[in-house]
Amino acid sequence: MHRRGVGAGAIAKKKLAEAKYKERGTVLAEDQLAQMSKQLDMFKTHLEEFASKHKQEIRKNPEFRVQFQDMCATIGVDPLASGKGFWSEMLGVGDFYYELGVQIIEVCLALKHRNGGLITLEELHQQVLKGRGKFAQDVSQDDLIRAIKKLKALGTGFGIIPVGGTYLIQSVPAELNMDHTVVLQLAEKSGYVTVSDIKASLNWETERARQVLEHLLKEGLAWLDLQAPGEAHYWLPALFTDLYSQEITAEEAREALP
Amino acid sequence: MDRFVWTSGLLEINETLVIQQRGVRIYDGEEKIKFDAGTLLLSTHRLIWRDQKNHECCMAVPLAQVVFIEEQAAGIGKSAKIVVHLHPAPANKEPGPFQSSRNSYIKLSFKEHGQIEFYRRLSEEMTQRRWETMPAPQSFQASRGPQPGRIRAVGIVGIERKLEEKRKETDKNISEAFEDLSKLMVKAKDMVELSKSIANKIKDKQGDITEDETIRFKSYLLSMGIANPVTRETCGSGTQYHMQLAKQLAGILQAPLEERGGIMSLTEVYCLVNRARGMELLSPEDLVNACKMLEALKLPLRLRVFDSGVMVIELQSHKEEEMVASALETVSEKGSLTSEEFAKLVGMSVLLAKERLLLAEKMGHLCRDDSVEGLRFYPNLFMTQS
Repeated sequence: MHRRGVGAGAIAKKKLAEAKYKERGTVLAEDQLAQMSKQLDMFKTHLEEFASKHKQEIRKNPEFRVQFQDMCATIGVDPLASGKGFWSEMLGVGDFYYELGVQIIEVCLALKHRNGGLITLEELHQQVLKGRGKFAQDVSQDDLIRAIKKLKALGTGFGIIPVGGTYLIQSVPAELNMDHTVVLQLAEKSGYVTVSDIKASLNWETERARQVLEHLLKEGLAWLDLQAPGEAHYWLPALFTDLYSQEITAEEAREALP
Repeated sequence: MDRFVWTSGLLEINETLVIQQRGVRIYDGEEKIKFDAGTLLLSTHRLIWRDQKNHECCMAVPLAQVVFIEEQAAGIGKSAKIVVHLHPAPANKEPGPFQSSRNSYIKLSFKEHGQIEFYRRLSEEMTQRRWETMPAPQSFQASRGPQPGRIRAVGIVGIERKLEEKRKETDKNISEAFEDLSKLMVKAKDMVELSKSIANKIKDKQGDITEDETIRFKSYLLSMGIANPVTRETCGSGTQYHMQLAKQLAGILQAPLEERGGIMSLTEVYCLVNRARGMELLSPEDLVNACKMLEALKLPLRLRVFDSGVMVIELQSHKEEEMVASALETVSEKGSLTSEEFAKLVGMSVLLAKERLLLAEKMGHLCRDDSVEGLRFYPNLFMTQS
């Protein structure tokens, strides 16, 4: 008696069916690619229309930029991924952020010897605005953050550390773990921190506090003040508000441009 | 302009600084006055302006005196401004720069930018009105006359109406823009879904898909800014665009690399290339993806990633390992060196100097002395003198 599905004949038949299925699969993918190509063209037209009406809005209105970015993120699109993307080409968002990236890098390099590669978002904002000149488009702090997030791809050690309602921007590949970050946050109020401050606020043992502070010293992010009243103060130049108003010297600018 | 009073500029107890901005000029109504370059400070209680050249010249107006504020966009040759409409000065106001003024408003001109953030913070303070709940000297509060803001001079009513109209129109523009944006996003989302379904097909076929189809697909993803659902990279290497870019880079970077001893960090390359382009700039990811293809395309440069994560471009002819030998000589001559000292001697960036010394250490030629004074490298005598 013939049993179905068994024997060389059945196997050969199955193989043929699989092959045909795969072939159909090929055709399906081809179809879908063709469909995608068509839809892409249509989308491009819609984007062109949108750009003709609202390109200025994006350029001028930072809140609109934020909305735009958030919406893109929600649906899984990164308008800043490539300068060759539609978004960049038609809305001009790319150039805006990539140029900002260059300016951020230059400011961080110029000031690195002062603050060890750590700078508050406020100071970075001030210095970038100064560098952009009178006729350039104004930028918001949100714009800076987005540009910095993109810069991470360059493997430079750019990091964004939240402290007391604002952010510290790290621009050198220094290793900063949770302990270091927490101490930076503690220092934010007064610009310095002591071993006692750390023990009181964070409940750490002396040794742990000392290690963290030593690491910050080694990385050039903190300065040691042995003449302070009481115990040694560890100052963070990144948090000196007086420095905001200081110009970048010609020498520092030379240091920034390779 | 007669609402301002002279002040020391020092903050009172309970008064906190919110934001400050350099390069601000004050106008009395539409008129330029002598206060043309100062730092504007916003506190929880006041707007303070201090002359940049003469710090003694410092004046303030309480926020309680502000009726409302509006923005004035920048134009050609004109900085962005904030217009501040003020209540009349109280009779018992302390002395200030002007005894009287025709205008019930002032303008703040942001010649060094910063208007956007300042306006945002000022609006917040005007909404929160923290000066009402945080006690401060009477002079900050006593400015409103009989009722807080209820009595308005005639001129202000007209201004308010104009402002309301302008707001409505701006709102309309904004909401139209948002509406159009939402519609656009719906279409973009369709593209994302389609790309996911195609990616699934590709995954299922496991190698039956042609090279050509893969390249096409990747370029579609690149245009839309969609991350490749298979590799999770946003259009990783393999697109025509990145190949072309890699070839361009090889051309552009040859000379700069030779000038810099054969090696440059990717950050330097990013700045160099984009500064040269001026427009149609490269995204950081574009640069990285193009550089990943350099070696495969047999171009005379290559991308290298150090253990620390630092990424560099090297000339193919550049042998970092050979540079290590000369680094060892330099360190030996001086006894010991930090990255900064080495960088200065050799004429390299500190970042790359550090990488070279670390590589030398990895190869066993140098030892480190890690202390609070910094990281210092010594010749590895354990190796040579045993």
